[in-house]
Amino acid sequence: MTEQSKPERFALLQAVNLDVHYGGIAAVRNISFAVELGELVCLIGANGAGKTSTLKAIARMIPSSGEMRYRDMRLDQMQSHDLIRHGLALVPEGRGIFARLTVAENLTMGAYHRNDKAEIELDLQRIFEMLPRLKERAVQVAGTLSGGEQQMLAIGRALMGRPKLLLLDEPSMGLAPLMVEKVFEVIRAVAAEGVTIFLVEQNARLALQTCSRGYVMESGEITLADTAENLLADPRVRAAYLGE
Amino acid sequence: MSTKKWIGLVLVALALLALPLVLTTVGTAWVRITNLAILFIFLALGLNIVVGMAGLLDLGYIAFFAVGAYVYALLSSPHFGLHLPFWLILPIGALCAGMAGAILGAPTLRLRGDYLAIVTLGFGEIVRIFLNNLSQPFNITNGPKGITRIDGLNIAGMDFVNTHTLFGIPFTGPAKYYYVLLILLLLVIVVNLRLQKSRIGRAWVAIREDELAAKAAGINTRNMKLLAFAMGATFGGIAGGMFSAMQGFVSPESFILHESILVLSMVVLGGMGNVWGVLAGAMLLSFVPEFLRYTVEPVQHMLFGQLLIDPEVLRMLIFGGALVLTMRFRPAGLWPESRHKLEMNEAK
Repeated sequence: MTEQSKPERFALLQAVNLDVHYGGIAAVRNISFAVELGELVCLIGANGAGKTSTLKAIARMIPSSGEMRYRDMRLDQMQSHDLIRHGLALVPEGRGIFARLTVAENLTMGAYHRNDKAEIELDLQRIFEMLPRLKERAVQVAGTLSGGEQQMLAIGRALMGRPKLLLLDEPSMGLAPLMVEKVFEVIRAVAAEGVTIFLVEQNARLALQTCSRGYVMESGEITLADTAENLLADPRVRAAYLGE
Repeated sequence: MSTKKWIGLVLVALALLALPLVLTTVGTAWVRITNLAILFIFLALGLNIVVGMAGLLDLGYIAFFAVGAYVYALLSSPHFGLHLPFWLILPIGALCAGMAGAILGAPTLRLRGDYLAIVTLGFGEIVRIFLNNLSQPFNITNGPKGITRIDGLNIAGMDFVNTHTLFGIPFTGPAKYYYVLLILLLLVIVVNLRLQKSRIGRAWVAIREDELAAKAAGINTRNMKLLAFAMGATFGGIAGGMFSAMQGFVSPESFILHESILVLSMVVLGGMGNVWGVLAGAMLLSFVPEFLRYTVEPVQHMLFGQLLIDPEVLRMLIFGGALVLTMRFRPAGLWPESRHKLEMNEAK
């Protein structure tokens, strides 16, 4: 990194020349992006564009090359299970809830790395307040929840780790439109509390309406990067992702 | 705990203590059968850690039993002329088995489900074939002939071969083994129950449910999986050591794939992940065949005047039938792990 290319504001997350390969196939090619403290940034693109691979690389779930920084640390040298300790939480694609554990157990798993019992209990109550549906079903096995409730649970579980940066992978996937709205309401509420969010989404319109800034990804490369407003107005985005 | 529960517990304890004495009057063979059943409960609880809690399908579990058994046999028999005391060998055997578990675990970390099952199956066979062939160029295992004249237990000068009379009650060798096994079994059950509720147990369950999410929750999945393999194997090693001491003889044919499948069946039939379910499954699959062995022949002779179906054949038939029925009607096992109930009980 040279001095000139550093962004003016403090970048919480920064990737430079990120590459992800599956065998000989390149899923992510030489992309660079940054998420600043307090921002709500989205990464949109079609199926197979490399969005999830990018997110998985950030969460250190798959090997990648290129430099990634998170706060003052070299993210690319960290291990996935250490990230939550440093405030980086992932809500995986397809929600990844622990289906045979109860809702309450799922939530406490999110605080697995913490030892402050009293504080964990407080956070649990806070999340139950924010997501009352989960409270009603606290002792229910999580596999019996509806898709939307499971998504809420996955987000709630990530919040139990008190993240500074929340990575969300396709929170709208497989949900009814009404439920998608509700999930995004929760995402806005979380952002309003000061959690920085990096959101990967196929539902481009909703993502851009929610976020302040966006990146557009196409076959492994970032083709556009702008404010959400400009992207919503961009004819290329309108044609390719907003169905106009 | 209420007084009622205490009384129940005391009654169970008394029954367990009196069991070998009662069985001896029927026949010492039944004490031996009970001892073997306890060993299988031991194995099933060990495998339950790997399969039930951590969700790693292990089809070669009997290999760790073999490691424990051979370590005991080699260190306490005329084969090498070593006669170390059992309290030293049992932990060594457990340690060796635990290491074998980690050795199996390390290269299979990325595998799941069917693929893991195939590799573990191969591992079990490799161990057995090694035992079969390590008689050349140096005779380590004595090959298929096995190792004989293994020392029995000997605690404080009291050997476990002869009958001792205490308070006018004769305690036979197998009865004495029974008490040792009972103590070990209690320990294993306590460890299992503690594990289930511990941080480690929760980490295993999380890995079983969703590995990626477990990682995201800050669980070091690699170490936790290795720990599951090693811990499960350790139990197998202890059981193996006891097996050697009890039988006085080990050979590779005691550690065939069939045994691995038997132990796995106990776990699956009883209810994966639930200590009491696994215990019940192990007892069921240990005793029912023995019971058949003693009843099928006389009954057939009585009914048909001759033996039509070999008890061994019938045993496998019932086994298979029982498993199919379980899968059809109680897919989570006879006494499945009930997370929901657990939560409710804790809330009380």
